[in-house]
Amino acid sequence: MGNKLAFAPIDNGQYHRRTDLAAFEHTYKAEITSIHRLTEHENLYRIQIIDPAEREQFVFLPGQFLMLEIPGIGEAPFSISSSPSRKGDIELCIRRVGSLTDFLAKVERGTHVGLRGPFGTSFPMDKMYGQNILLIAGGLGLAPLRAPIAYVQENRSRFEAVDIIYGTKDPSQLLFTYQYDMWQADDIKLHVTVDNADSSWSGRTGLVTKILDELFAGRDEAYFQNTYAVVCGPPVMFKFVCNLLNQRDIPMQKMFVSLERRMHCGMGKCCRCNVGSTYTCLSGPVFDYWTVMNLKEAI
Amino acid sequence: MLFRVLHKDGLKRLFELLVADNTVIGPVEIGTDRHGQPIHGFAEVSEYETVKLDYKTTKLPAKQFFLPYREDLATFRMAGKDWDKEVDYHSSRPYVFFGLHACDINALNKLDKVLLGGPYPMPYYAAKRKNMFIVGIDCLPQPYCFCRSMGADTALHGFDMFVTDLGGSYFVEILSDTAFNLIKQVECREPVEEDQVRYRQVVADKNKQFTAHVDTTDLTKILDMEFQSDVWKYWGDKCLSCGTCANVCPTCYCYSVHEQVAVDLSRATKTKMLYSCNFIDFAEVAGGHNFRPERHGRLKYRYYHKHRGFVEAYEESLCVGCGRCGESCLAEITVPEVISSVRGGTI
Repeated sequence: MGNKLAFAPIDNGQYHRRTDLAAFEHTYKAEITSIHRLTEHENLYRIQIIDPAEREQFVFLPGQFLMLEIPGIGEAPFSISSSPSRKGDIELCIRRVGSLTDFLAKVERGTHVGLRGPFGTSFPMDKMYGQNILLIAGGLGLAPLRAPIAYVQENRSRFEAVDIIYGTKDPSQLLFTYQYDMWQADDIKLHVTVDNADSSWSGRTGLVTKILDELFAGRDEAYFQNTYAVVCGPPVMFKFVCNLLNQRDIPMQKMFVSLERRMHCGMGKCCRCNVGSTYTCLSGPVFDYWTVMNLKEAI
Repeated sequence: MLFRVLHKDGLKRLFELLVADNTVIGPVEIGTDRHGQPIHGFAEVSEYETVKLDYKTTKLPAKQFFLPYREDLATFRMAGKDWDKEVDYHSSRPYVFFGLHACDINALNKLDKVLLGGPYPMPYYAAKRKNMFIVGIDCLPQPYCFCRSMGADTALHGFDMFVTDLGGSYFVEILSDTAFNLIKQVECREPVEEDQVRYRQVVADKNKQFTAHVDTTDLTKILDMEFQSDVWKYWGDKCLSCGTCANVCPTCYCYSVHEQVAVDLSRATKTKMLYSCNFIDFAEVAGGHNFRPERHGRLKYRYYHKHRGFVEAYEESLCVGCGRCGESCLAEITVPEVISSVRGGTI
């Protein structure tokens, strides 16, 4: 009898499906079908999974993210900015900040990229049925909120009052300006503010919290008892906005934030997105604010 | 669990059976330190005489064989705007580990929890982990060993057989069918009362020799209470952020991924490299915001992951108490000292 140890196929035993393991590096091949310039630094990329069957399989929820890969350049996480009903025909709002996004800023439509995902938790839209929603965004934070906004638009009758409060540093940084009328047409109230107004700006100025204060002055107690909040923006914004919401007795478990981290795997392995030992890619990126309060150094 | 007793030369026979057909990794002497003491490391072995079964802790853990420092996750063949992705798990042969200490076996068990568990088991690790045969060996506590405090001084599973030197013979725990079939080919016998008494004596003697201890009582709570403590600043000021501790740690698995394109643009590779949470850019995000810009913040994170976060997730620490990090640390930061200072709230 030989002693040579048997080479055990790795897809037996504890794994029920071969796909459990194969999912790890599975990449959907996708094509950039259009590039829409939003501001000086941000582009909106429409990216379509090439295989029609795979495109149908790519089911995601508002708030989830994916990993976008350009072979030889790199891979990075991006939150999905398009409606979940469009499945694998997605849109990503991408700011030019690093080597991958620099490259993306230069590519032409028709380029093939790789997509992995979708990953992470989502905004619990079904829990918000019959409730009021506050969608609060700062700067690039509007990108992840565009998916829940699209969801609300498509299912408008399921929700009560919906407000978007959106602030940026100056008017030139406002994203998705061409959609504001459509949102308003769907009875989504939009409150836009900028920190530094210029001569072209006739709207409001000041921080998001100032707009919230004004807004809340006209709302009664019943409103706050039946309201969910979704907040996305720079870390410093979370504290101020969520504390303000908490003062109005909106429970922390009804406030949802999306945390930003630089995932390298998206699958709970590389630890790069860890807050303590909590993986932002598995337990997040969408967390309720109570959980965030209990994570050290989350924001 | 089944037990057998091997004669003194039975272990050599066992090694020869294994090495005849398999790639065997064992502890060998790889050099001497400045005091003339031998330095041990894991390497492929073919001669029983080169295997140092009485070795002290190796400088580097065995993770290079199942969690390589650098590994290609995928390769791409490029053609104009199009490309094809090829994935290889890099597991062409099974490995036999001959002579792993309990701490290193426990390290594997802890890695299993993360890398084989969760919604996305990692095939690169699984391919290697599911294709290894482990012969564990008992050891004597060194001054830096605190595995007993971490509950990692004995291995309960995750190996095929575990050998304890009883002086004139070896006491063998058999945990797998493969191991049972193997030991049948070596002259051995079932243990008698005398062997069991001797075994318990050897273990009791070993347990008396531990000098380093870590008090883990309520440690998760204490770490939360002392999150803002000045002691972190003290250790952070000493820390060089060099990542040596992660490099020598048998349970550190964090990594970074980067891609490279061939000069002629025909191919590209996606490579995973083990990383360290002490590196300055570990928690940096696009645009340059760094969630842990300071050294003490990163050092603290490392302790929180090992001793708090992992405990919360898996009800055991990610540290096995092998003491390698403390021994290798250029700034002489050791786990027992850090934990004790955090517990006390002072240096």
